[in-house]
Amino acid sequence: MTLEPMRAAASAVLEGGPGEGEYNFAYLDEQTKRMIRRAILKAIAIPGYQVPFASRDMPMPYGWGTGGIQVTAAILGPDDRLKVIDQGADDTTNAVSIRAFFARTAGVETTTRTHEASVIQTRHRIPELALGADQVLVYQVPIPEPLRFLEPRETETRVMHALADYGLMHVKLYEDIATHGHIAKTYDYPVKVEGRYVMDPSPTPKFDNPKMDNCAGLQLFGAGREKRIYAIPPFTSVKSLDFEDYPFEPNKFDAPCALCGATDTYLDEVITDDRGGRMFVCSDTDHCEDRQASGHRGHLHVDGPAARGTVA
Amino acid sequence: MTTEQTAILRLRDVAKGFVIHLQGGLAIPVVANVSFEVRAGECVVLGGPSGIGKSSILKMVYGNYRIDRGEALVADGGEVVDIASAMPRRLIGLRRTTIGYVSQFLRAIPRVSARDIVAEPAMAQGMGEVEARAKAGELLARLNLPERLWSLPPATFSGGEQQRVNIARGFIAEHPLLLLDEPTASLDAVNRAVVVGLIADKKAAGTAILGIFHDEDVRERVADRIVDVSGFAAHGEAAA
Amino acid sequence: MSDQPLLVAEDLAKYFGARVGCREVGFELYEGEVLAVVGESGSGKSTLLRLLSGQSEPTRGRVMYRMRDGVTRDIVSLSEAERRFLFRTDWGFVHQDAAAGLRMGVSAGGNVGERLMAVGWRHYGKIRSEAETWLERVEIDPARIDEAPKVFSGGMRQRLQIARNLVTSPRLMFMDEPTGGLDVSVQARLLDLLRRLVADMGLAVVVVTHDLAVARLLSHRIMVMKEGRVIETGLTDQVLDDPREPYTQLLVSSILQV
Repeated sequence: MTLEPMRAAASAVLEGGPGEGEYNFAYLDEQTKRMIRRAILKAIAIPGYQVPFASRDMPMPYGWGTGGIQVTAAILGPDDRLKVIDQGADDTTNAVSIRAFFARTAGVETTTRTHEASVIQTRHRIPELALGADQVLVYQVPIPEPLRFLEPRETETRVMHALADYGLMHVKLYEDIATHGHIAKTYDYPVKVEGRYVMDPSPTPKFDNPKMDNCAGLQLFGAGREKRIYAIPPFTSVKSLDFEDYPFEPNKFDAPCALCGATDTYLDEVITDDRGGRMFVCSDTDHCEDRQASGHRGHLHVDGPAARGTVA
Repeated sequence: MTTEQTAILRLRDVAKGFVIHLQGGLAIPVVANVSFEVRAGECVVLGGPSGIGKSSILKMVYGNYRIDRGEALVADGGEVVDIASAMPRRLIGLRRTTIGYVSQFLRAIPRVSARDIVAEPAMAQGMGEVEARAKAGELLARLNLPERLWSLPPATFSGGEQQRVNIARGFIAEHPLLLLDEPTASLDAVNRAVVVGLIADKKAAGTAILGIFHDEDVRERVADRIVDVSGFAAHGEAAA
Repeated sequence: MSDQPLLVAEDLAKYFGARVGCREVGFELYEGEVLAVVGESGSGKSTLLRLLSGQSEPTRGRVMYRMRDGVTRDIVSLSEAERRFLFRTDWGFVHQDAAAGLRMGVSAGGNVGERLMAVGWRHYGKIRSEAETWLERVEIDPARIDEAPKVFSGGMRQRLQIARNLVTSPRLMFMDEPTGGLDVSVQARLLDLLRRLVADMGLAVVVVTHDLAVARLLSHRIMVMKEGRVIETGLTDQVLDDPREPYTQLLVSSILQV
């Protein structure tokens, strides 16, 4: 075979694709996106089960959310509106970079408003506003295997999942209570999905675990380095593991948000000066700003936009 | 009623020898053509000089030594079991229900008290722990073992003390057949008399007893019949 | 207790290529019975234990086990899930090396409680109190429930391994040189403990050992293995007091008398 027919075939495939010097829509090529979508479909069909996929190299290091980005790239359409959060904030480096990445490679609209977004990629938090049926939450996952630190052999953990052999998971929680008097795990808190697979919710604080349960939106999890995708379909049961006499308890906070006065949100500690001054504010910046805009006030509230960070 | 029906133990042409492979297959014949029976309530004593195979006969009946030829029939309830061919599991059952054995030496079990060692066979026959321990205490008291020793493991006891624990262990349970291998060997006169009394009690209760007693006085007081083992001497026929 | 055997080995053989692991092994084991398998290293006794416990597949023959529902099953035909379930409920396995049978970094309570949690116990207080009961039964001070076995002595580790196995009241225990590597006085304590637990719980046990004293103290029956085959079998005291085979006589005569 000479080179000419091959070139012709190649250009036929590329027809309608990106032009010279352009990226394909959402960076990944269509074959890769199809492969990832197949993995996502399988993950949705088996809630909580970790589906292997051929994770690609992305133009950013592992640990920056390469798994989440590939999932987002595979599901994103031109009409989507994308929100990206790191912790709860839209304005941190990781969130800004990923948002810019898709704005450039897919040309989609981006937003910081939770209710406006159709796809939300997150590193830790689940937005305080309950997800709707038309929204997809994509989690960036560093270590998808909840049994990893109890049983290092991947061959063995796969069998344990297959057989629902999960006694070991409770041994870990037992050890926590024996050592600390309570289950000390505050994030990465293991859950059982639809009564079958034990799943690692990635480094989300356990405060957010209840939001996964019976959630109207689709939740997808991508682990780039570990090459795994898993999912929680809408309205799926997600139960945090616990003991009858030591039931699961979400993190609690002593004070309301200093800016919006909310008492039911996850708070971040913010250092306000170099003399030990600090305040606790909603980690979900959009939610906090929404509340302030509708008149809610915390004790450190300052009128005007971008209150956060200006308190000093 | 014929004697056949009341025989608890019947040996027919039993033979035993050892082959010592470590010494080039040296054959040591022990006994041959051993035939006799022991009836309920009777004490049969094996007689003859030492080394003639008396203990070996007891050990064969207990299943401790294997029987080369012949049969050793034991009445077990309504059934007759041949010790020579019984499966190990059957033998274990027989030892619990039917055949008691007092050896010359106590095989002490680490950390188990004298009293519990004695109580064990009774408990194995279904007696409750409290009752068995009480009965063990009675027997040990009757055998004049000081009460302060009851709670100690007998490993450090003197020979006579160990032997009395062994005797109590052998007499506590209700075995229709009781094998006694020189139970009085290391006892003083007082305790020899106690053992004679215990044997009499067992006989009265219908127990068949097969024993070896070197002490002539004891032998005369307990024996109904003496079977001379010299008559069963084997003559080098078992060479391998 | 049933008059049916609990475990039956039928003409078992295992070959590793041309090399014989074991062959022509057959026996029946009933509830409450302790069977000792004795022989030197390489005699095939560990291979046999792996076959009996379903950890490797026989080249020939089969192992039948009467499950709790009364149905007798071929071990090889069990699914992995069923086999694992057996191993955390109805079976126990005591390893010579406690580290192979324990989670060394997990507390004593967690080690004992693991099986309970695996079969669905979800009450921390109950799991803990059951673990305390078992620590006491194996003579470990319950006050040490939160310590990990890595700080325990060899004897304590072995006792903890036993507690971890017995907590679900199994009917069958496999033991691989349970006293190996322990001091003599520690051995005696462990053996006595095992002897009593086995009797109290009516356990069936297959214990592999090269130590005839262990076999004498623990077992009712004995199988002597040499070069992969059972060369002599019978009541323990019968085989030890009246050994017939040259090899058995050699083994018995090699024991130090004290």
